[in-house]
Amino acid sequence: MEKTITIENVTRIEGHAKITLTLNDDGKVDQAHMHVTQVRGFEKFMQGRPYTELPGITARTCGICPVSHLLASSKAGDGIMAVRVPKTAVNLRKLMNYGQILQSHALNFFYLSAPDFLLGMDSDPAQRSLFGIHAANPEMAREGVRLRKFGQQVIERLGTKRIHSNWVIPGGVNAPLEPSLREAILSEIPEVKRIATKYLDWFRGQLPQFSEYAQNMGQFNSLFLGLIGREGELEYYDGHLRVVDAAGNILVDRLDPDRYAEIIAEAVEPWTFLKFPYYRPLGYPEGMYRVGPLARLNIARKAGTPMAERYFEDFRSLEPGAVNSSFYYHYARLIEILHCIEKIEELLSDISILDTHVRASAGVNQLHGVGCTEAPRGTLFHDYKVNRDGAVEHINMIIASGNNNLAMNRGVLEAAKAYVDGTRLTEGMLNRVEAVVRAFDPCLACSTHALGTMPIQVELLAPDGERLDMISR
Amino acid sequence: MSEIQLTINGQAIKAAEGETILETARANGIDIPTLCHQEGVTPTGACRMCLVELDGTNKLLPSCVTRAADGMVIRTDTEKLKRYRRTILELLFAERNHTCAVCVSNGHCELQSQAQAHKIDHVNFDYRNPQLIVDLSHERFGIDHNRCILCGRCVRVCDEIEGAHTRDMRNRGIATLIITDFDQSWGEASSCTNCGKCVEVCPTGALFIKGLGAGEMVKNHELVPGLVNTREVVHAKN
Repeated sequence: MEKTITIENVTRIEGHAKITLTLNDDGKVDQAHMHVTQVRGFEKFMQGRPYTELPGITARTCGICPVSHLLASSKAGDGIMAVRVPKTAVNLRKLMNYGQILQSHALNFFYLSAPDFLLGMDSDPAQRSLFGIHAANPEMAREGVRLRKFGQQVIERLGTKRIHSNWVIPGGVNAPLEPSLREAILSEIPEVKRIATKYLDWFRGQLPQFSEYAQNMGQFNSLFLGLIGREGELEYYDGHLRVVDAAGNILVDRLDPDRYAEIIAEAVEPWTFLKFPYYRPLGYPEGMYRVGPLARLNIARKAGTPMAERYFEDFRSLEPGAVNSSFYYHYARLIEILHCIEKIEELLSDISILDTHVRASAGVNQLHGVGCTEAPRGTLFHDYKVNRDGAVEHINMIIASGNNNLAMNRGVLEAAKAYVDGTRLTEGMLNRVEAVVRAFDPCLACSTHALGTMPIQVELLAPDGERLDMISR
Repeated sequence: MSEIQLTINGQAIKAAEGETILETARANGIDIPTLCHQEGVTPTGACRMCLVELDGTNKLLPSCVTRAADGMVIRTDTEKLKRYRRTILELLFAERNHTCAVCVSNGHCELQSQAQAHKIDHVNFDYRNPQLIVDLSHERFGIDHNRCILCGRCVRVCDEIEGAHTRDMRNRGIATLIITDFDQSWGEASSCTNCGKCVEVCPTGALFIKGLGAGEMVKNHELVPGLVNTREVVHAKN
C-alpha cells in the first residue's frame, strides 16, 4: 500500500519548507517532494517604482544575503543607466560580496550543518545547534562565530550596517572607504585565515568517515552553472556564465549574463511556490543543474588565490570530472571561506581601494537591465524592464536557491531512498533527509519569495491520502 | 509695533504684536511640532500638529495661524496635546504607504522624525494601503503620492515664491491628491519652471530628485526661508 511521509518543517535552513515522501507497497520511498510553502510577491509589488529604489527594496528579500540582492539590483540599474562603474566602486562592491559570502557560509557550516558532523546524525535534536557545538567543543563554536562576525563586519565597515545597507546603488557605491576601516579589516586577516584553515583541515580529515553520506546524500549527475573569471578562476561579481556537465565537460562558456534567458527557463509545479529553473536546451526536468559552492568549484579550473588553490585541487580530486555528491557542498563552502578572506586581503592591499571617485551618474539610457552576481547559494539574476521615465514595468528575479530546486528535490529523493524505512520512522532518518537540503544551504525566504518560519514535518500517507504516520517539529 | 506679554508653559514672554503663537514660541526656544508649516509662505493650519491649549477656551488652537495676544496663558506640551499629536501621526501613517526603510528620505524625513519624537512604535488604525501612482515623467524630479501627507507646502511655495502655481489639489478629504497643471503628468506641465523648490520643502520622500537610492534624499530646509529673506532685503534697499 502506498504511503506518504511529510517532514514539516525542515529545520536549520533559511526559510520555510516541508518534505513529502511517497512510499510504495513495500514501504520503500517512491517519490519525494520538497514544498516551499509561502509566497512573497516582490516581482509584482515593485512594479511602478523607480529602478533606483530597487536595490533598497530587493535587499529586503532576505536578511542573510541582502548584499547579493543589493549588488544584482544595482548591476541591473548600471545596465539601465548604461554607465561604466568606477573601478574602485567595482572593487568595493566585490569586497562587500566577499564579506557576504564568508558570513553566510560560516552561518551554514558552523550554526546549521556542523551539529550533524560533530554530534552525529542520530544525536538528540535538542542538542543539534550551535549550543550543542558549544557544549561539545566551545572553541569551535567561538571560532565559528568569530568567522561570521568578520564577514558581517566587512559589510558593516563598508556600508555602515550589517543588514540591509543601502551603500550599493546604481552607478557605484554612495561613499568611499575610510582608510582606518581598511586597516581594521586588514589587521584581522591573519586570525580569520588561521580559523578558516583550521576547520578546512578538520573537515577534510573527517571526510573518510562521511563517505557513506557522500554516497547517499545527493549523489547524482547534473549540470553545474555559475559565473567564471576570464582565466577560469573563481569569480563572484564579474565574468561570464559557464555550464559544465556531470563529467566536467564545458557545455556553455563565455556567455554574457545578460543573455541568461537563452539557456535558463523556469517551470512551475502546483505543489510548491518555488519555481524550477532548468537548462533550456535539455528541457524540463532533464535540464537539472546545480549552482552554489559545489557548482562554482566544478566549473572553475583554478581557485585564483594561493591558499585556497591547494584545497581546490584536493576537492577536484574527490571525483573524476565534476564532483557530483551534494555532500561536498560543505567542503566547497569551507574552501570558499578561505578564498574570500584571501580576496578581501588582495583587494584591500591595493591602495586604490581608497579612491574617492566611486559613483557614476546618468539617466535612463536603456530600457532593459540585467544584474547577475554569485550569491552565497549560487547565481542570482535580477532582470528589469523600465519605461523611459525609469519606472519599472517588468521584473524577473531568479534566486540562487531556486536554481537548485530540481537538484534539491532529487537529493531528497536519493537520501530518502537510502535512509527511510517506511514501516517505521525514526527521527534520525528524517534528519538525514533534511541534511541533504541543508547541504544546499537553501535560502527559501528569498527564493520562493516566501515569508515566515520553516518547520519540518514528515507525513506518511496511504495511496488514498490517509495519513498513517507523521513526525513534525 | 507695540509689545505684548504672554505666558507659554509657565514662562513669561514678550512678543511683538502681530506675531503668531508659533513664531513667538520658537523665538523663545519653545518648540511646537509642525508638519504643514513652512517658513516663508502663508500658514494654513492644515495638519493640526501645532495645536496648543489656551486658558479661557476649551478649543485647541493651531498656533501657526493664531496671533499672540496680550495676557494669553498657553500650554504647548500637555499630555492631551501629545496624545492628539500621536493620533494625527498615526492617521497619517495609516492613510498612505510610508515604508521608511526603503524610502529615499529615510533618516531625513519630518514625518519620520516627528513619529520618533512622539515615540510611535506602532499604529492603532488599520492601514488603508491605497494604490497610488508614482509620477516619474519629469526629467529631474519624481512624486510618489504614496508618501504624500497633503501638507500643501509644495502648492504654496510654487504659487507664492516661484509664482508658477503649477501645483494644486484635486478632490476632497481622504481622496485629495496633489496635481500639476490641469491634472497632467508632471513632465507635461508647461507651467513648471523646473526650479525644484517644491522638492526641497516637501517634508517626506513624496517629492524627490530622481536617481537617488534609499536614504539619499536630503532636503535643503534653508532654501525657501533664505530666498524670502533675500527678497525682503533687496526690497528694502529699493
